[in-house]
Amino acid sequence: MHSPEILLRGTGISRRWGGLTALDNVSIDVARGSVHAVIGTNGAGKSTLVNILSGELEASAGSVHLLGQDVSRWSQPRRARAGLGRSYQRNTIYPSFSVLENCRLAAQAMHQQPWAWWQSASACTKSMQAAQDAAAQAGLQDLLEREAGLLSHGQKRQLEIAMCLATRPSVLLLDEPLAGMGAEETDRMLELLTALKARHAMLLIEHDMDAVFRVADVITVLVNGQLIACGSPEAVRNSPEVRVAYLGEH
Amino acid sequence: MRAQLPKFLFVLVSFAALAVFPHVAGNFGVDLATKIMIFAVLALSLELLVGKTGLVCFGQAAFFGIGAYATVLLSPSDGPASVATLLPLCVLLAAAYALVVGALSLRTKGVYFIMVTLAFAQMAYYVVHDTPLGGGTDGIYLMMKPALGDWLDLDKPLVMYRFTLACLLGTFVFLALLGRSKFGHALAGIRVNEQRMRATGFSTYPYKLAAFVVSGGIAGLAGFLFAVKDGFVNPEMMSWHISGEVLIIIILGGLGHLRGALIGAFAFALLQEFFRSEAIFGEFAKHWHLGLGLTIIASVALLPRGLVGIPAQLFGRKPGTHSGGALAQATPTKAGHAQP
Repeated sequence: MHSPEILLRGTGISRRWGGLTALDNVSIDVARGSVHAVIGTNGAGKSTLVNILSGELEASAGSVHLLGQDVSRWSQPRRARAGLGRSYQRNTIYPSFSVLENCRLAAQAMHQQPWAWWQSASACTKSMQAAQDAAAQAGLQDLLEREAGLLSHGQKRQLEIAMCLATRPSVLLLDEPLAGMGAEETDRMLELLTALKARHAMLLIEHDMDAVFRVADVITVLVNGQLIACGSPEAVRNSPEVRVAYLGEH
Repeated sequence: MRAQLPKFLFVLVSFAALAVFPHVAGNFGVDLATKIMIFAVLALSLELLVGKTGLVCFGQAAFFGIGAYATVLLSPSDGPASVATLLPLCVLLAAAYALVVGALSLRTKGVYFIMVTLAFAQMAYYVVHDTPLGGGTDGIYLMMKPALGDWLDLDKPLVMYRFTLACLLGTFVFLALLGRSKFGHALAGIRVNEQRMRATGFSTYPYKLAAFVVSGGIAGLAGFLFAVKDGFVNPEMMSWHISGEVLIIIILGGLGHLRGALIGAFAFALLQEFFRSEAIFGEFAKHWHLGLGLTIIASVALLPRGLVGIPAQLFGRKPGTHSGGALAQATPTKAGHAQP
């Protein structure tokens, strides 16, 4: 049996703000072909963990390895260019740009050439191709010219994913991609995540427990910045600590 | 493309009108239009920062003043300097100061950024105001205006007018190309959501710094033109109220649009002339600041997209009629999000 290929590894990550410990010695592995969900109540440290893994926030202690390289001291843009894509809880699309322009701008991060001021950005075939591929992967191929601000909420969340995909990342950090979605939109997004799983390692933060248990291969549970359980959905569901600390059972 | 056509035609007709203007206007008109075009170049430099990148710089006068002072201080007293060497030097000096100011001020954000850029501008102001270098409050005269051989004598008003028009056109075309390039699109992305740009893989600081330096260089070009036109520089060129005026010009014209800077420069100067006119306002003309201020307040309140947005306001462009290519054209609103 093959051991899973770990694309993103966080080891002993801690984050303290003065006397407050937001994350305490948390370790996490995200493997290719799997969805690793992180769950926990508000304030458990989920977003802090994603921010540290993506390089948006510096860890007080611990290390981050991406594709086998120690990226702990790398800036967020450098990590992104090395294959770490992330989406945010709230929509961070560019509302007045078209769907294609949103994706093309994201794809441009991999082909920047800022000195070529006389060349039109849309003439970059590599960026354009990556943008079209990403939009198609996210199911937005029929909405390429639509102004992003006019998309439905679910489509905006799809666009968030498409913008991540446009940089052709190996690892996706998805912060509540299902937030505010209806049942139909949730189903569509879960289908998308399942389809993406084959080629990516995915870290998913989500409050919708039904969705998490449908799509996740591994679940980590955080409570007050501490990791209290990590394992398969079945193991987590049956963990007494999780039932007490997170599901409120005694 | 079809949606861009009216804008393109407007710009084309405007520059054509400026080209033929000296044939129908007197000396006063040519002099006034030259001055307005210089301020349009300055406004375009600030538009790159505020409208395109979302950096509200309140120290643009410093780069303008450095370009102007460099023109005077680097000109020999025994003959005209060559435009081919003096102009690039002035632009480079202003850009160099912008590099220093930008490198430090871009580490701050929001109101702190505004204050730091203002502080750097005031530092430059006091250097020329309080030291022998800048001639103090009296300023310095440019003894011999620069030239380029026999065919470009900037001492002649008509030549100066055409040279200024060429500079304005060159700046406009350069910034239009910049706006549609990858660099321009990255700036547009930074303006709307810098955090997202970083998460996507853009190191935003070098982009903003480059925009700051380019903007400073263009402001230096405007300073060069101003010094050559007037043949005189004084510290007032670097004071905060010039930075404020340029900011008002681009807001009045319409943020996020290069043609807004052009329209704003003309509207602001013509409003100034209007309220200063004793023929119209008699004794009250000496209180022209009041009329100008009230007009600007009214226009900002009634025209949130500036003068350039009047057609859209009148004909009510509905959202959703996205025509593509809006990325470089999108207009930032008060909320910081781009709107069509």
